[in-house]
Amino acid sequence: MRTLDHFHGGIHPAEHKLESSELPSRIAPLPSLLILPLHQHIGAGAKVQVQAGDHVLKGQLLASAQGMVSAAIHAPTSGTVTAVQPHTVPHPSQLPGLCVHIEPDGKDQWIDHAPLEYRAIPKSELLAKLREAGIVGLGGATFPTHVKYSLATDQRIQTLVINGAECEPWITTDDRLMRERAAEIVRGIEVLRHLAEPAETLIGIEDNKPQAIAAMRAACAGSDIEIVTIPTLYPSGGEKQLIKILTGKEVPSGGRPTGIGVACSNVATAYAIHRFVDHGEPLISRQMTVTGNVRTPQNIEVLIGTPLEELVRLAEPLPGATGYILGGPMMGVHIDDLRLPVVKGSNCIIVKSAKLFPPAEPAMPCIRCARCAAACPADLQPQELHWFSKARDFGKTQEYSLFDCIECGACAYVCPSHIPLVQYFRFAKSEIWQRERETQAAEIARERHEFRMERIEREKREKAERLALKEKAATAAKPAAPIAAPVMINPDADPDDTLQMRIDAAMTRAKEQAATAQPRNTENLTPQQQAKVAEIEARRAKFSELASNAGADDESSKKS
Amino acid sequence: MMWSSPFVTQATSVSQIMLRVLLALIPGIAMYVWFFGPAVLVSITLASITALATEAAMLKLRNRPLKPFLTDNSALITAWLLALSLPALAPWWLVVVGTAFAIAVSKHLYGGLGNNPFNPAMIGYAVLIISFPAHMTHWLTPHGLGGIELSFAQQLDYIFGGILPSGLTLDALTMATPLDTLKTQLHLGLSVGDIREMPIYGRLAGHGSEMVAIAYAIGGIYLLYTRVINWLIPTTYLVTLFVIAGIFHLADPVHYAAPLFHWFAGAAMLGAFFIFTDPVGGSTTFRGRIIYAAGAALITFLIRTFGSFPDGVAFAALLMNICVPLIDIWTQPKVFGKKGGGK
Ligand code: SF4
Ligand code: SF4
Repeated sequence: MRTLDHFHGGIHPAEHKLESSELPSRIAPLPSLLILPLHQHIGAGAKVQVQAGDHVLKGQLLASAQGMVSAAIHAPTSGTVTAVQPHTVPHPSQLPGLCVHIEPDGKDQWIDHAPLEYRAIPKSELLAKLREAGIVGLGGATFPTHVKYSLATDQRIQTLVINGAECEPWITTDDRLMRERAAEIVRGIEVLRHLAEPAETLIGIEDNKPQAIAAMRAACAGSDIEIVTIPTLYPSGGEKQLIKILTGKEVPSGGRPTGIGVACSNVATAYAIHRFVDHGEPLISRQMTVTGNVRTPQNIEVLIGTPLEELVRLAEPLPGATGYILGGPMMGVHIDDLRLPVVKGSNCIIVKSAKLFPPAEPAMPCIRCARCAAACPADLQPQELHWFSKARDFGKTQEYSLFDCIECGACAYVCPSHIPLVQYFRFAKSEIWQRERETQAAEIARERHEFRMERIEREKREKAERLALKEKAATAAKPAAPIAAPVMINPDADPDDTLQMRIDAAMTRAKEQAATAQPRNTENLTPQQQAKVAEIEARRAKFSELASNAGADDESSKKS
Repeated sequence: MMWSSPFVTQATSVSQIMLRVLLALIPGIAMYVWFFGPAVLVSITLASITALATEAAMLKLRNRPLKPFLTDNSALITAWLLALSLPALAPWWLVVVGTAFAIAVSKHLYGGLGNNPFNPAMIGYAVLIISFPAHMTHWLTPHGLGGIELSFAQQLDYIFGGILPSGLTLDALTMATPLDTLKTQLHLGLSVGDIREMPIYGRLAGHGSEMVAIAYAIGGIYLLYTRVINWLIPTTYLVTLFVIAGIFHLADPVHYAAPLFHWFAGAAMLGAFFIFTDPVGGSTTFRGRIIYAAGAALITFLIRTFGSFPDGVAFAALLMNICVPLIDIWTQPKVFGKKGGGK
């Protein structure tokens, strides 16, 4: 028996798993419409490869991965691309993002696809194929799988951790998946083992899922994959928390698990990998729990891009819905608009009702009881972070390790004053990001400006030199000119390119950050805070204008 | 409406926590009434009314909503703790002045619930003992010592009118506290052993008052059991007090009372479970709470043994309240992922 470690704090919220965990999962019928955001993962959005009017087959590439940290998007069924245009996406900001809209033709006709003999190809090729197959972590973080397993040559993975903890209340997708498709999950795990070559493979499952544990045990019989039953305690399914429980190792603050010799993937990700290597299917569907205020809470296999509306309808919503939670009640996002599509990271939709999710109690002042600190799995002092966020002393929030907060919500859950602590922390984080982004934008603008001045200078100089050369050529021997000119230009061209590259890199970075940034939670803020947000918004607009103007200047100077 | 996660919270609320604290005081109050008569109920009532009225007035002045704060029960805790720290047979205005000061100045002028660096009840107590020391020394003689006992009507006459039955003086009805008596008798050259033979002492500490202390401890255990308070502060406080008193007692039993005496005399039990555990002015970190409670125990012992005030609990609380910001800064725990390698 393995001795388990534990993390600090944790809570036991009401589980509400039985509502949806006992029905066998079913497959959703073809939806009437599919909406596929280009940006469904952490990293750069995918680059669209189709246009309105194109007919696509099931599994056909719609958008390719762009850059290293990115993942491709595929057509979940055959049909016609009706538009490539912005649509509200299930991102916490609920801002529109570019989406491919597909009208299914009902034939569900596959593109040519075949299983992959992954052991026969180099690992780098396998990783590239995972990237092309659009496979990302399905536990919620949607980090592209190929990036996670692209190990440096000197990196050794001691432990491969497979996350089957599923600690959030209400959600039962992983539970159902493990019960119903244990063997398939193990097939996927084998691929990860092939990639990471770990000394040990551990599957961590909370002890509130005995059937899933039994199914996985049976599927792993005879292999050296070990199923580890862990005590039910939220948030033991957090990557860092699970790694701590199973291995006793702490992922360093700001670091990646691979840095301490651990790789961690979700069971649903392993299943998606199995679909890809054994069937040649890219990631086009996933399991979702539909639960809450519905007649038949259940798990449904659904095509990515399906409007949530059509998904929720399958579980027969009851009257009295007061909104929806996408994800779990601890870390999910509230949405009102069910036209949002299912994305790769969606694992659950909860229909709220006033009874199941009564409105939050009004917040009282913090009484410094430190219940929040006792519950925090990151060993933070939420009461201090709250104090400093409220005082807008963001420097201090960083001193108190704001960015180590995983936004698990345990602190807010226990707070007797009902303070929306996580909301304060998101606010503080986004403020800090915003400031950094502004500095960066200003930096880019400055760089561009200097670059332009330098070019004008250089062009003048070159002109003068060319003139001088011409004069020389007219008077002296002819072969001198062709030799001299390239020598003059090359050393200049070089820094030119690197500078451009640097700017481009900075721009992509900024773009990436903007895209992956958490929402600014501007509700429940004081009027002063709201005014401040508006002010920042205005400043941001000014800066992006500045940056694009600098860009435009560049363009024009290039042409001249 | 856009909401932010988490969408579920525990049912526990501030007012519920405070209500449990009040409930936990009831056994102690019952014992108090049993041994010292119902006068204490009068001071508790007076203090409660004053506290709520002052709270309401201050909320109005500060433009805060009345309902959530009047029902959070925190003003009542201040009132009860202060009333229990005063002699029961005290003139009505003493209770009213102390409570009003506690709520108006030490709570609301600092920003109200959650923002007061000092325990308001202890500030009230300190103000009274400094301003009206004479009124703070007349403690009722406990039931069972054969002293003169006033009827409830006679007690009311004194509290509200300052009138005693003819022929009686306050001195005939009251006595110094066991802690006070110990101190004065030691000065007169008696040994601890001789002093403890005096009738006002019981098995552990003062006759009657030791039973009240035990009842406070029972209430405290209820608070621990229901997780209203954390075990660290009471445990550290009591253990430290025991150890310090024990060292002195072992070294010189003639001049220093036994550790159990310190536990059950004066406000040590009330402090351990109800005063030092007040979260607002207390430390929030693990190591900080140990320092906070151990410091409080040390100060309690020093003031009791070498100081000129009858008990040290109130000043221990206030002095440690001052240190809390520093203690908390020094004792910040290591954050997840920043533990190894001293990063
Ligand atoms: S749990 Fe709430 S009231 Fe208690 S210290 Fe934390 S933030 Fe303050
Ligand atoms: S949300 Fe952040 S501060 Fe709160 S318990 Fe989770 S990690 Fe700690």
